Amino acid sequence: MNILAALRTALRALRKNKLRSFLAALGIVIAVAAVVATVAIGQGAQAKVAAQMASLGSNMLMILPGSMMQHGAATGTGATQNLTRDDAQAIEKELTSSVGAIAPMNRTGAQVIYGDANWFTQVVGTSPSYLEVRSWTLAQGEMFGRQEDASAAKVCILGQTVVDKLFGAQPALGEQIRVKHVPCKVVGILSLKGQSWGGQDQDDIILMPWTTLVRRINGSQSDAVGSLMVSARTSNLVSVAQREVTSLLKQRHHLADSVDPDFQVRNLAEMQNAAQEQTNTVAWLLKSVAAISLLVGAIGIANVMLVSVTERTREIGIRMAVGARGRDVLFQFLTEAVVLAIVGGLLGLGLGVAVAKYAAIQAQWPTLLSPLAMAGTMLLAGVAGVLAGFYPALRASRLDPIEALRFE
Amino acid sequence: MDRSDIAISAQRAAAPAGPVVQTEKLEKVYTMGDVKVHALRGISLRIDAGEFIAVMGASGSGKSTFMNLVGCLDRPTAGRYLLRGEDVSRFSRDELARVRGREIGFVFQGFNLLPRTNAVENVELPMLYQGIPARERHARAAEALRTVGLGDRLDHTPAQLSGGQQQRVAIARALVNRPTVVLADEPTGNLDSQTSVEVMAIFQQLNDQGLTVLLVTHEPDIAQHAKRVVTFKDGLVLDDRRVENRRIARIEPRERIEPREGAA
Repeated sequence: MNILAALRTALRALRKNKLRSFLAALGIVIAVAAVVATVAIGQGAQAKVAAQMASLGSNMLMILPGSMMQHGAATGTGATQNLTRDDAQAIEKELTSSVGAIAPMNRTGAQVIYGDANWFTQVVGTSPSYLEVRSWTLAQGEMFGRQEDASAAKVCILGQTVVDKLFGAQPALGEQIRVKHVPCKVVGILSLKGQSWGGQDQDDIILMPWTTLVRRINGSQSDAVGSLMVSARTSNLVSVAQREVTSLLKQRHHLADSVDPDFQVRNLAEMQNAAQEQTNTVAWLLKSVAAISLLVGAIGIANVMLVSVTERTREIGIRMAVGARGRDVLFQFLTEAVVLAIVGGLLGLGLGVAVAKYAAIQAQWPTLLSPLAMAGTMLLAGVAGVLAGFYPALRASRLDPIEALRFE
Repeated sequence: MDRSDIAISAQRAAAPAGPVVQTEKLEKVYTMGDVKVHALRGISLRIDAGEFIAVMGASGSGKSTFMNLVGCLDRPTAGRYLLRGEDVSRFSRDELARVRGREIGFVFQGFNLLPRTNAVENVELPMLYQGIPARERHARAAEALRTVGLGDRLDHTPAQLSGGQQQRVAIARALVNRPTVVLADEPTGNLDSQTSVEVMAIFQQLNDQGLTVLLVTHEPDIAQHAKRVVTFKDGLVLDDRRVENRRIARIEPRERIEPREGAA
């Protein structure tokens, strides 16, 4: 019996029992759909996390003041004020080979007012290199310069959310707003950045010169910075920069190499890896569930094929009486199982792609369909069909024709 | 293939003189637990081309076992079985399947057609395993159905056919690979007397064209349609004689099988 004839025989047999064939294939349909959809969803989620991580800034290190012991009680990270603008300047001057840009950052929450609109937002005092460190651009206007930083100029840059809340559709550039009690001129508007990985609105922000925030709004004469953001020149230099920054700051803070630093250097690439690992774990979880459902699907096919062999014992006897060899019968039932698996796989592929597209639209990430995963899953479905069909087919092929013909 | 080919092919089987089926001291022992049942105790029988033999006997006489051995569905415990001079008694399962497909045509008491499968596809079945192309399979199956008078029932499934019509489909299936011998196991057992006569008429016509027919029956009336009757008892041949006053099955004009060119 050639392949074409076997295929036609298999299709005919499956058509005669449409509902049962459909139910048999349903397990494979769901399994393949699950694999295709979960792989696509996993990759979409990873792409989104990667994009959000990149939006924090490229190759970035975050330096935070450390904790300290005060009368025997430990304070939390950031409680000390031992990180200063001088530290920032030293890093900028001495570590030119590894560090691309450095920006100090102090933050405060503040009420901002324009006309009869007001909003509570986060105000960040920083230096002009902030934009470079965070790989951010301006949609309108210009960034304040070193001059404005030195003179504590009353200027500010607004994030898109703040623009929406205060100005709506009105032009904001050049207008005067009040940040707490300080009137500031809007000199620039940030481009849209979107949500951070933690779900925070990164556009709900106002930037101003560090000195303006610290001296005028906070009314402080301290040189202590809340944190320093450092970007390495290239992604390869991130760990070099981390090492050099650590050793320079220790030296400046008069700490021996063996002593724990009184500051922390956080590597965003590490955070990114951690986040990536988290999504990987979820992806693996989904994949193993999909693999199990593929197994269950294969068992479904095996079950239906076994029932089918018993039910069609007489048919097998007839086929053997008119000249079918064992291998012809084996091939026939195997073909049926594989056709079930492949048809089920194709249906599952369609369903999986639909689910992946829907999820991508809902979660706002790109639909990333991996052709490799789809081909692999189809191959697996075919293998599952062969494995599931083999034992029932083998049983059918080993039937004694006389017994089979007598079977009622 | 046209109508005359079936007739010619049936005659071709008759052409080589000498035995088509020859058994020598054929024995078959079934072991059921500790009990050994001697179904056949040494059957030596010679069937020449063009014969029409009825095997009779009570149940347990071994006639069905003999039929299974001649039909290559089973292998003898002892003795030899030559089919067209070839010793098939020690053939492997696959070799036996090949012999069944090419040399033997089966007709069963219960028809044994594939359910929910139309007449043409049922008749095509034996050709499927001989690697005959689909177009030729269809043409030959349709032709075989026409020779048994079912040219207008090609698309009917067994459920849509009467018992007699189903048995005629089964006969068409038995003929379609141009076998050396047709084996019919109680072919009229499930049919009323009128239909039985119609079926016997078909066997007689085919035999007239040269086809060798081996019939198993326990009905003396049916056996009288054959040319020779062999009676089994307890696994041995009790009696072997030519039929005198042979019955010729009459068929109603309505049911008459299309006459064929080249018919003897």
